[in-house]
Parts: sequence; C-alpha cells; structure tokens
Amino acid sequence: MSHKPFHQTGSLVKFYLRTDLFRILIWIFSITVLTLLTGWAFEDLYPSEIERLAIAETMKNPAMTAMVGPGYGLDHYTTGAMMAHQMLLFTAILAAVMTILLTARHTRGDEEDGRSEMIGSLPVGRLAPLTSVLIVIGFSQFLLAIALGTGLSVLGLDTSASFLYGAAVGGTGLFFAGMTALFAQLAESSRGTTGFAFLILGLSYIVRAVGDVSNESLSWFSPLGWTLKTEVYVNNFVTPLLLLIFGSIILTAAAFSLLFKRDLGTGMLPTKPGRRYAPQSLLSPLGLAFRLLRTSIIVWGFALMAIGASYGSVLGDLESFFASNDMLSNMVDPASGLTLTEQFVSMLMAIMSMMAAIPALMFFFKLKSEENKNRTENLYARAVSRQKVFMSYIAVAAIFGSFMMVIATVSLWGASVPVMDDPMSFSTVALSGVVYLPAIWVMIGLGALFTGLKPGITGIAWGYLIYSFLVVYLGGLLQLPEWPGKLSPFGHVPQIPGEEISYLSLLILTVIAAVLIVAGLKFYQSRDLSG
Amino acid sequence: MTILHIDHLSKRFGKFQALNDVSLSIKKGEIFGFIGPNGAGKSTTIRILLGILKPTSGSASIFGLDVWKESVEIHKRIAYVPGDANLWPNLTGGEVIDLFLKLRGSYNPQNKQELIEKFQLDPTKKCRTYSKGNRQKVALVAAFASDAELFILDEPTSGLDPLMERVFQECVLKAKAEGKSVLLSSHILSEVERLCDRVAIIRQGEIIESGSLDDMRHLTRTNLIVETIEPLNGIRGIHGVHEVKETEKGTSLQVDTEALNEVIKKVSTLGIIRLESTPPTLEDLFMRHYEGTGSDSR
Repeated sequence: MSHKPFHQTGSLVKFYLRTDLFRILIWIFSITVLTLLTGWAFEDLYPSEIERLAIAETMKNPAMTAMVGPGYGLDHYTTGAMMAHQMLLFTAILAAVMTILLTARHTRGDEEDGRSEMIGSLPVGRLAPLTSVLIVIGFSQFLLAIALGTGLSVLGLDTSASFLYGAAVGGTGLFFAGMTALFAQLAESSRGTTGFAFLILGLSYIVRAVGDVSNESLSWFSPLGWTLKTEVYVNNFVTPLLLLIFGSIILTAAAFSLLFKRDLGTGMLPTKPGRRYAPQSLLSPLGLAFRLLRTSIIVWGFALMAIGASYGSVLGDLESFFASNDMLSNMVDPASGLTLTEQFVSMLMAIMSMMAAIPALMFFFKLKSEENKNRTENLYARAVSRQKVFMSYIAVAAIFGSFMMVIATVSLWGASVPVMDDPMSFSTVALSGVVYLPAIWVMIGLGALFTGLKPGITGIAWGYLIYSFLVVYLGGLLQLPEWPGKLSPFGHVPQIPGEEISYLSLLILTVIAAVLIVAGLKFYQSRDLSG
Repeated sequence: MTILHIDHLSKRFGKFQALNDVSLSIKKGEIFGFIGPNGAGKSTTIRILLGILKPTSGSASIFGLDVWKESVEIHKRIAYVPGDANLWPNLTGGEVIDLFLKLRGSYNPQNKQELIEKFQLDPTKKCRTYSKGNRQKVALVAAFASDAELFILDEPTSGLDPLMERVFQECVLKAKAEGKSVLLSSHILSEVERLCDRVAIIRQGEIIESGSLDDMRHLTRTNLIVETIEPLNGIRGIHGVHEVKETEKGTSLQVDTEALNEVIKKVSTLGIIRLESTPPTLEDLFMRHYEGTGSDSR
C-alpha cells in the first residue's frame, strides 16, 4: 500500500464533497452576500465624489489603519478602493477562519474521533485522505474567488480587479488551509490544531497592524499583509497573491512530509499537562462561573474596545463629513446648541450600550446553557443553593456587562483625543457612557426573569434588545415618533451631553432591574431543573 | 434508624406520570438496590431526592429533613454520582474533583489521592479528553473521598471496565463497613446481588417488589436439575412445578417454594443419581416481573 500513497484519492474527494458541500456552500454564500451588501451600501451611502472624499478624510488616522489596513487611493476614493480598504482584510480573515475550521475537522478532527482509522483500514493510500481534503478545500476557495469576482463585477466594479479581489480572499483561505494541515501533523488534538492556526492568524493580524502603522516593510512578514499588498482596484498587484499561493504549497508539502513519517494519533508538539489541583479562585460557584466565561469576557472586551476606538477615531473629521451627508445630519438636531460631534457621541453611546448588552445577556444565559448540558446538577447535588448559583451569574453578567460599556467608552475617548482639534473632556464622555449602565442591567433583569420562568422563552430578551436597537437607532434615522423608543430601557437614558442628567430615571431603571432579578430568582428557586 | 424515607411520592411531567405512589426507606448502614430498566423512574426518584425536581405529591426526607426545602443542609452529608457525569470540557479532572469536594464540604485529601491512584485516573487531563469511564471515575473519586453519610449512586459504573468495577465495589463495601448507607440504582443485576442488603424493583413509575433478596427469593421458585434411575414421570402433575425440560444433565424444572416438599418426596422414591438446586438469581426475579410487558423506554 505504501507504494501507492494516493490510491483512492478520487473516491475520497467525492466522499468529502458529499459530507461538506452544504457547509462549504453556506460559507461561500454568507461571505459573498456580506461583501456584496457592503459594496451596495457603499454605493448607496456615498453616491457622489464629495461624500466619498469626506469619508476618506475620516479614514486617515492610525486607529483605522491598524484596524482595516492602510488605505490605497484615498485621494481618489472610489467604491472599489473603499471595498479594498474597508472590506478586503475582514473578508480574507473570514475565508481563513473557514478553511481553518474545515481543514482541522477533516484532518486532526477525523483522527481524534477515530474516523481516520476507519478510512485507513480500507484499501486507501496513506496520503489520500489529506490530499482529498485539500483538493476539496482548494476547490471551495476557487468557488469563493469566482463568486466574489462575479458578484463585484455585477455591482459595476472593474471586472479583472474584482477577480483579483476574489483571488486575494481565496488565496488567504488557501494559505491558512496549508497552515492548518501542517499544524494537524504537529499538534495532538483538533483543538490544539485550530488553536495554533488561529494563533498564527491573530499574530498575522497584529504584525500587519503594527507594520501598517509604523513600518511598512514589517507588513511583508504577515500573510494578511500580502492580502492587502495586492492594492486591489487601485494598483492591482499580482505578486502578493502569488506569495500566498506559493506559501500554501510549501506549507502543504511540509504537512505531507510529516504525515508520511508519523504514526496515526501522535503529534510532534508536546502537550503540557493541565493542573492537578484546582486553584483557590475556582472553588466557588462564582469562581466557576467566571472561569467558564473567562475567554468569552476577554474576546468581548477586545471587541468592544475595537468598536469604541473605531468610533472615536472618526470623530475628528466628523463636522465636514456631516456637512456633506444629508442622511446622517438628519439624525442630529441643529437647534440644540451643541456641536454635531457632541450630539453624535450620545448617539454612539446608545449604540455601544446595546452592543455591550449582548455579552451581558450571553454571560447570564450561560446559566441556562449549563442547565441544558446537565451541568448545574453537579452543583445542586452538593451543598450549593440555587440562589448562590443564580446570583453568581447575575454578578458576572452585571460586572462584566458594565465593564464592556466602560471599556468601549474609554477607548472611544482615547481614540478621539489625538484626532480632534478641540478634544472632549474625559468626564463628559465618561458620563455620557456610564448613564447607559442601568439600561444594560434592565436587560440582564429581563434575562433573569425568563430564565427563572422557563428557559425556553429566553429568546424574548434577545427580541427585545433587537427592538430597542431598531427604535433607538433607526428612530433617530427615520425621525419616528417618540413613544416606540419609550418602550425600551435604552430610550429612557438621558443623552449626555445635551440633556440634563436625570437621576430619577436612572434610579427607576435600576429599581426595575433589581425587581426583575429578584422575581427571576424566586421563579428559579421553585421550578424543576432539567439538569 | 431510618436515613432516607420516601412517602407516597408521585411526579408528573405534563401528562406523563413518571412516578406513582412510590414509598421506600433506607436504614443506616444499609446498601439499598434500586433496579429497573431505563425510563422506569429511577433517575426521577433520585433527582427528587436531590431537590432538583419538585414532587407533585407525597414527600421525601433524608436525615429527617425535607429534600426540597432543606436540600443544602442535606447535601452537606451526602455524596452523589450520576450515571452520566457531564463535566466541563476545559477543566482538568483534578480541578473538577477539588471543586466538587469543596462545594460539598469537608474531605480528606489523602483519601482523594489514594482513590485517584486506585481508579488509575490521570487528573491532569482536560475533561474533554476523558472517555465515559474516566468521567465516571472523576465523579466516583469526588464521592468516595468525601466524608458523606449517605451515598446516592445512579448507575455509577456505566463505562467502567471489570477491574474498575471491582474497585468500585470495594469502595461501596468499605463505606458500608464504616456504617454509611448507600442507595445504588443500577441495571447491572450481578452488582446489586453482590452488594445490596435490600432491593426495590421499579416498573413504569411504580415499586412492584421490595424487600431483602432472601425474602424475595423465598417468594419465588427454586431451580432444580434432577437425574433419577427410574423415569421421572408424574412430576408435571404436581401443582407448583413449572418449566420441565429435558437437558443433557437431566431434567430441569422450577418449583414453587410451597411445592418443594412434595417434589423432593416424589423424586426420592425414584432413585436419585443427581440433584442440583440453585436459588433463583436476581435476574430470574427481575425477568419474571418484566416478562410479557417488555421494557418500555420513556
């Protein structure tokens, strides 16, 4: 068998296509639709040259460059240049996530779950499974490139540049497929494989961000840097694309040579043993809740920080941008005597507080998912009361939900200072953010009530958050009457600067939150638990 | 002294009657077997005892305390092992054991170490990498390292290999020797037969038989294998004789306890070559209750 290492590759390609075709098509469809919607929105939002140049001005700051990459053609900011600047990196990362997950699943994942052994016991070549997986994934990236290229051309962008855009995205996907195939040989578990691959993806992003801001040549050390160096729609360089493809070939070859040498089920990177004893900090329901949510808290913290920073970084050129955009200037009230920027900040705070409410709710709903997975039984079978566990999750959700809002507010202020001629004071910005905390607590209270009543109906809390977002955000945009906003806790928060701070309404929101939480607890204490 | 008392307990999930008028009690120092097929109501009973489900009617108490209202007080003095330990994938086995012991109350760290070695568990591995048997070991170590007075074990050995099963049985017998009580729910009948002092059989939410194994055996039939010089005629005519079959070793038959005297008298007149008598196994008892009904799963 060893002299026919690729025996039956064709049949395995068909087999993997059968198991994964639907999943691949969903990925391609989502990435393509997202890209095309953004392109379409750009066309719609900034129809004229003047508006595009105004938005280009807001992009010329280090925070934006670090986040989405250096803008090419900012002086002649066409829709294509906008796509390449604001969307290409993000889309390429999505393609990388897609290939990392798919590759890990059929390499180390199959090996871990014993499927590789089943396939290996059949008359199949030693290298055939990996070859066929990579053929299927290569095919998926080819399809993705074609879909993006075709779609963007249809939007009216330059055809050959559009296909280069698609190829840059697909090329990034291929590179990380090769990377994952290599780590699948090195790591000992499928989690280790995806972990290492995502680590490299994250490092690539950071190296590129640092390079783009400080030293352009550093960005050449990051595969995501290559993606952007194509400078699609502006200069259309092909060499960086070739680098991506060449890189993926080298990585794949390395993976094959390791696969040929090693035993099934073994890895080459040592796995370090975990803790033999629990640290003191874990040994309580609160400690456990925090530990289970720790990664999620960190990820959301960075996300809210990035959102705050990106909003803050555009505040500098806001006035000129507003002057050129009717749609946005409709949202603010010229009669209030405040600058546009100040009015815009209180609007941004409303949006960010609703974004911070998402992790706050998710942290609390961990209690529900623990119940669904029959793990709360582990606590309740011991000397732990329902109140203690319930309030532990309330505490984590309230503390870290508030923390998300604070971190977003602080990073908005931090990013706004260097770009504004006349920076806003920290206390003004901080106050305009902090007043939204009671509204976030009301959302947690609602989550608590539904979890207590019946875990199946917790979706209502999400629906209510979406409703709040629509009425508060679109309400300003579409100049809706005031009452729909008043049905949401976020509509009762004083808008600082501009409005007087109303301690009464903040107090009432806090009391409502407390009442909801206590009611939720009472119901939770008296119902059957599913586990 | 009664440790655990269940009194006319019923539980309904919507229209489904999961438990119907269940009563039983466990005395101090006793190992009590709770047997029945999947879906018969064993786990529902245990979850009511743990205060996770609320009884529809009837009551249950442990150490004289109500299982719903005073669950935390009770849980300081009991240890529980579920049939399928659901652990947190990104904690190690060692972390989970420490957490479980701490949440329950006091324990002996040296006991813990000995048990980890006895069960051959690697506590430095993340729970996601454990097989089913290893996850059970985590729950078993956490339970037996505690100083609980009552052990509630719900099919605790599922997934364990025969060697570990033996270690488990040693742990249970050691607990008994220390005067502790055990509620062992199981469908491994040989395990129950080996360990338990008294047994209750549950079917479709109702207790259909309970008592000591000796009592239960007494109520049923003895298996006999008989070989005689003269042909064994007329034995079928005796009231209380069942399942007469010719085998290689002789005639096999089952005899009701009250007919035993008459059968032996008859057989002894025919010149005995071989006479073997075996008590009914728990499996025989069990199967008799389920014959014809099948085991319906919920």
